[in-house]
Amino acid sequence: MSITAGAAAAPPLELQGGRQRKQRTLWGDAWSQFRRNKLAIFGLLLLGTIVAGVLVGPLLYPVDPKAIDIMVSSQGPSAAHPMGTDDLGRDMLARVLYGGRISLSVGFVAMAIAIVVGTFVGLLAGYVRRIDNLLMRFTDMMLTLPQIPLLLVAMALFRDPLRQRFGLEMGAFIMVVTVIGVLGWMPTARMVRGSVLSLKQKEFVEAAVNVGSRSGSIMARHILPNVFGIIIVAATLEVAAAILTESTLSFLGVGFPPDVPTWGSLLYYGRNYMTQFPWMVLFPGLLISLTILGINFIGDGLRDALDPRQRS
Amino acid sequence: MGQYVIRRILTAIPTLIFISFVIFALLDLAPGDPTSNLPQSIPQEVKERIRQALGVNDPFLVRYAKWGYQFMVIEPLNALEKATGLQIGDSENRLRITSWTSRGKPVVDIIIERLPQTIWVVGTAYLLSLLLAVPLGIYAAYRQNSLFDQFSSVISVIGFSLPTFFTGVLLIQIFAVWLGWFPTLYNTTLRVNDWATFLEQLRQIAMPVAVLAFFQMATTSRFTRSSVIENLRMDYVRTARSKGLSEQLVVVRHVVRNSMIPVVTLVALGIPGIFGGAIVTEQIFAVNGIGQLLITSIQSNDIPVVQTCLMIFAVLVVLFNLVADITYGFLDPRIRYS
Repeated sequence: MSITAGAAAAPPLELQGGRQRKQRTLWGDAWSQFRRNKLAIFGLLLLGTIVAGVLVGPLLYPVDPKAIDIMVSSQGPSAAHPMGTDDLGRDMLARVLYGGRISLSVGFVAMAIAIVVGTFVGLLAGYVRRIDNLLMRFTDMMLTLPQIPLLLVAMALFRDPLRQRFGLEMGAFIMVVTVIGVLGWMPTARMVRGSVLSLKQKEFVEAAVNVGSRSGSIMARHILPNVFGIIIVAATLEVAAAILTESTLSFLGVGFPPDVPTWGSLLYYGRNYMTQFPWMVLFPGLLISLTILGINFIGDGLRDALDPRQRS
Repeated sequence: MGQYVIRRILTAIPTLIFISFVIFALLDLAPGDPTSNLPQSIPQEVKERIRQALGVNDPFLVRYAKWGYQFMVIEPLNALEKATGLQIGDSENRLRITSWTSRGKPVVDIIIERLPQTIWVVGTAYLLSLLLAVPLGIYAAYRQNSLFDQFSSVISVIGFSLPTFFTGVLLIQIFAVWLGWFPTLYNTTLRVNDWATFLEQLRQIAMPVAVLAFFQMATTSRFTRSSVIENLRMDYVRTARSKGLSEQLVVVRHVVRNSMIPVVTLVALGIPGIFGGAIVTEQIFAVNGIGQLLITSIQSNDIPVVQTCLMIFAVLVVLFNLVADITYGFLDPRIRYS
């Protein structure tokens, strides 16, 4: 009943302005803020180009990344092979495009795992006081695990059984993604918890409690949408971190095997030929760097745009 | 303060136990056998007896307790004996953690051989990055939104976006292969005993240090900048200015000192991280440090060495967390009493 009363009262207010003004939303505000940040837009374009190139590229450039042609081995960039060929005559552009698909999907899937777990833990810890201490203790302990060394060991130990079960490429993918995700959710959990704790004190949550909403629906309807900003920023940074971690692992020879091209494993493989054929290292390395640079610029822009406290 | 320190130390102990348990359990799941590197001519029964003597078939918790005892009691005792020359108990018959590959050499001895190289590289890089990053961050914050600030912000994002394995490989290609300024590989037999060898040492650590320092600098300068900016907005800065203090005094005495508190913490927390980063750098530049040891022992399935390396990394993390907490409590009284 009160809803109809509100609706009846609203139109005269809007008519006073003569024309109907466009509604301002949080996301609209954030976008207009984001647009003003030149570096963030640059990052968005950079990442967009790379993602589009990797998705569409193999369709426009249908060269088999695994086709060996010894006759044209180790050639520099030319019209036939824009990024040159490796020591077995495999086309570098095709390999870089193919590898990009794997590297980027590792980044996004690992991010998804880390964000889902982190958000879940953070929400629970922030909202349910009884388990807050326990969960945060656990999070802190997970944070003290030495990340890179532990990743190295975990990868090296469990790679083979998974490869046997899911095949060379899929096994490595599952392994890399799980390991990065499982060791990457803690920062998100802490940020989400902090934000939930302060949101819980707000009047609108109190109001929801007073009208008798259940805890679950308060969390889903009122708290979760308000921590989205933080989650998005965390997710952006997590993608960059995951791509970097995957390529580091592959570079150290424990991530994807050298015959599955990812940006990291291409670098690992090309390193031995670097002095004679620098293009084998240059292009994959450049693409990793540009991707991460783009994502970090976007992350910075998003943080400025989604955190109202920083607006002047 | 004393109570605060004790409380912090007490919370570090369960963390250490948790980490050691995770590391032990993880490696315990790994396929691997201490007798696999022995010659084929040894009969199976003998191998089985060796396994029994090593306690491979004991229950999990028994092995964990034994290993914990070795790592936490025997090895420190042994190190103490070596350092002081004293004889403590029956030191000859204490069972030390030994490597599966390097002819049964005690793992800690191997690590002590490797540690100086890592500390040379990591220490120099960290010091250099601090010396550059802190003044840079302060100046950028003081001239917020100036050209210098914008430039250094972009550089610092680039700094932590470029993966160290790529910058390292690029540096080798440019400065070692094309220009020939620095050696491509680290000479591990070099002993520093006079100026000439010291300069030689500086030359060969220049590139790995540059790679690590650039990465670290990016993070530290960014953090310093935001901390200084936050402090510049505080009321006490206005008070200091309005009572007529010179601008230099306001910045150096008031703003910088206060904004260094979180930076000190970050610096302490960053030390274990840079050891982790050194794994990649050591691999690229062939520095035979502890990171390279970890990788080679993973490849050769030398579980005791891997375990010990991991534990050392973990102890570093816990230790510097503790250092960070204690310095923070020391510098900022609000933390101590909350």
